[in-house]
Amino acid sequence: MEAAEGLRELEMTAITVNNQWLQVDASLDTPLLWVLRDHLGLTGTKYGCGMALCGACTVHVDGVAMRSCILPLRAIEGKSITTIEGLSQGRNHPVQRAWIELDVPQCGYCQSGQIMSAAALLRSNTAPTDADIDAAMAGNICRCGTYARIRIAIHRAA
Amino acid sequence: MSTAPSEPKSDNPDRRDFCKCTAAAGGGLVLALTLPAFAGPLSSAASGQASGGRVRDNQLNAWLKISSDNSITFIVDRSEMGQGVYTALPMLLAEELEIDLEKITIVAALVGDAYINQLNGGQVTGTSNSVTDAWDKLRTAGAQARMMLIAAAARAWRVDPAECHAKSGVVVNARGKSLTYGELAAAAANLPVPKEVKLKPKADFRLIGTSQPRLDTPGKVDGSAEFGLDVKLPGMLYAALAQSPVLGGKASSVDSAAAQAMPGVCRVLATSSGVLVVADHYWQALQARKALKITWDPGANARLDNAAMQAALKKTAAIGPGQVARKDGDGAAALQGAKHTVDAVYELPLLAHATMEPMNCTADVRTGRCDLYVGTQVQHDAQAAAAAAAGLPPNQVNVVTTLIGGGFGRRLDVDFIPAAVEASKAVGAPVKLIWTREDDMTHDTYRPPAREEMSAGFDASGNLVAWNMHITGPSITARASPETYAKDPFDSVVEYAQNHPYAVPNFALSFSRQEIGIDVGYMRSVSHAPNCFVIESFIDELASAIAKSPLDFRLGLLAAKPRHTRVLRSCAERAGWGHAPPGRFHGVALMEGYTTVLAQVAEISVVGGELKVHKITCVVDCGQMVNPRIIESQIESGIVFGLSAALWGDVTVTAGRVQQTNFNSYRLLRINEMPELEVHLLSSDEPPGGIGEPAVALVAPAICNAIYAATGKRLRSLPIAAHALA
Repeated sequence: MEAAEGLRELEMTAITVNNQWLQVDASLDTPLLWVLRDHLGLTGTKYGCGMALCGACTVHVDGVAMRSCILPLRAIEGKSITTIEGLSQGRNHPVQRAWIELDVPQCGYCQSGQIMSAAALLRSNTAPTDADIDAAMAGNICRCGTYARIRIAIHRAA
Repeated sequence: MSTAPSEPKSDNPDRRDFCKCTAAAGGGLVLALTLPAFAGPLSSAASGQASGGRVRDNQLNAWLKISSDNSITFIVDRSEMGQGVYTALPMLLAEELEIDLEKITIVAALVGDAYINQLNGGQVTGTSNSVTDAWDKLRTAGAQARMMLIAAAARAWRVDPAECHAKSGVVVNARGKSLTYGELAAAAANLPVPKEVKLKPKADFRLIGTSQPRLDTPGKVDGSAEFGLDVKLPGMLYAALAQSPVLGGKASSVDSAAAQAMPGVCRVLATSSGVLVVADHYWQALQARKALKITWDPGANARLDNAAMQAALKKTAAIGPGQVARKDGDGAAALQGAKHTVDAVYELPLLAHATMEPMNCTADVRTGRCDLYVGTQVQHDAQAAAAAAAGLPPNQVNVVTTLIGGGFGRRLDVDFIPAAVEASKAVGAPVKLIWTREDDMTHDTYRPPAREEMSAGFDASGNLVAWNMHITGPSITARASPETYAKDPFDSVVEYAQNHPYAVPNFALSFSRQEIGIDVGYMRSVSHAPNCFVIESFIDELASAIAKSPLDFRLGLLAAKPRHTRVLRSCAERAGWGHAPPGRFHGVALMEGYTTVLAQVAEISVVGGELKVHKITCVVDCGQMVNPRIIESQIESGIVFGLSAALWGDVTVTAGRVQQTNFNSYRLLRINEMPELEVHLLSSDEPPGGIGEPAVALVAPAICNAIYAATGKRLRSLPIAAHALA
């Protein structure tokens, strides 16, 4: 039994990340966050809390913003993941352009998550109100307090 | 702080490493994974070397490298933690060097004497003084390099240097011939460094004073910016550390059999910081850590709690006034003779740093060498800590400074470094140690608590004649920098109290040191935050005692302080002081700190016991501005930081264990809770003042003063959430 379980744990899991189909060799309980960072070398997605409280780990799963720190590998088999690295070519996404125009980031550690949450908001809502922004972005903590500029940038990107 | 040992000379070819750089497009951030050891202080000798191929690097001074392919590298010696030094410092150099900012590539400096912060005495990023320290130094370095490039061109053309000028990376002569800096750099590096330098007057500034785009922004919006947590090295392993749940405790027995059998685990070892698991991947290290069976000896703090800490401060405060930090006139006598006295005791809680990027470092220990990759604010201290852990002399430790995901003073400490170094040494591979959020929050070097006893007296005419302030609390400096503490026992305790601007003929300030059993650390604005809360709240209490408005009372005491008066009046006016909308109330605070003068007015309402902060207006006089947009961002940042602390900041200790573990138990402000912020920068000709920290300190008193206006309740302790406002 133990040997079989051990072998099962070695099974490769197929996921698509940034339009690349990949086989990942990690235990099925490994959160997507650590799969991305440690196994795939995509360190743009950040670890902040491990409990979906801070939003630093936000990625898109089949287009929907999700916190990768609590998404085990077994739950995303076969799904299509977009990380900050895959959001655009050459920082071309309207959210990224607005972030650059307004110099939104300070330390920058939370900003991948902020941008992914904002991009998901604008995909479903092309003219968000301040209340819409509050609701969509309240899960993303910024310890440097860039919130005022985040808000302006989202309006500009919309 | 002792100075760094001098670096080995660059003429030892065995010590040259190849430069591994990941360059962001368009002259952005380059992370030096390994750099050639820099040869030491500013020197006129060329230290050019080939970097694989025909491109030749020429180091003109400690901060500037110009390559033969005309690429320009700025070696920045302060750590970037969001405060904008990776942009502001290059602006200073580029201004005088006459190059375009977009052409610069940034590399973080290694440890070196040339990088010592003259104001801190070490290679330190802190005290909001990076720009103040660099103001003359970097402009001079840029001007000297420019003059050397011009001299080299003049020689090549056999003309008088006075006939040449430099602009946008090119030297041009009277006949319109030009040579690029890249073409001139090798010759320039061989010329003597000019001693006589004339810096540009303010009227000629091209870059300084303008909101240049930040050089680090592009990498921070596409995921390429590399923080300490992101470092990747070939063969790197990951580590998780089990620390004593009771602060200061030690492991007395460890059963690691189950942990060692878990997938991916290479090693379990006891370190100076706790029990460490090394594994192929971080998730594996975390799972294996859960399987460790450790018996902890709790040590001296087994019964420590907040009540015990508060009682210790109260007991020590009662013993006597402590050490006198300042004495104007005779406060005791004046109080005796005062017609009317006001007394108050204020208490401040422990606070957690809660940087978004938790503590981490990556160590690669080999024979005779240790490479340390870390987000640190103290390169020399990091080097010393790693050297001690590795059993190497410090000059065999390379400190590679990464971007920092939030410093706030936490990364002035190096407690998270030794275990990583010990692990790498033990396993013979690079090891990245990551603290979880829970590790980080429960093993912080907390902002210390304080007890501040105030008494003041008025004469019969209502003049403020006496004011005594007695601060009791731990000393950060005694632990973090014993040499500094030996010279100045008041270091980091009496900020703003020492230099408050109010005219009082008899003023006494004293400090009684009382430790609380756990390590306390520097946190953004250090003692400005507690002292400003107390002083600015107490000033309001005094105003109220003689029925004067908080604004008028302050202005009356600032007659000799035109700079403070200007800032305070401007802020009151912009905030609409005296004309708050119905149901809303204003509170004001003023402070001089880090050679910057600023004021804030908070506009709040309290409805059904619920506080709502609607708006904070802030006016800042920070002297000459390098990059106004960065300054504005930092003021906004400081306000948000101060707001979280004022509203909710509190660390509770029970039986020696910190109870706050993650963001559900340590609340931080979110976008939907933001007040409106209005920041105004006043320009002046003073040298640049600090901007990273000062704004933090005014938020709590401004809000609490407004709460008094709204409810008649005087809050003498924080956080606000601990008080019923109804």
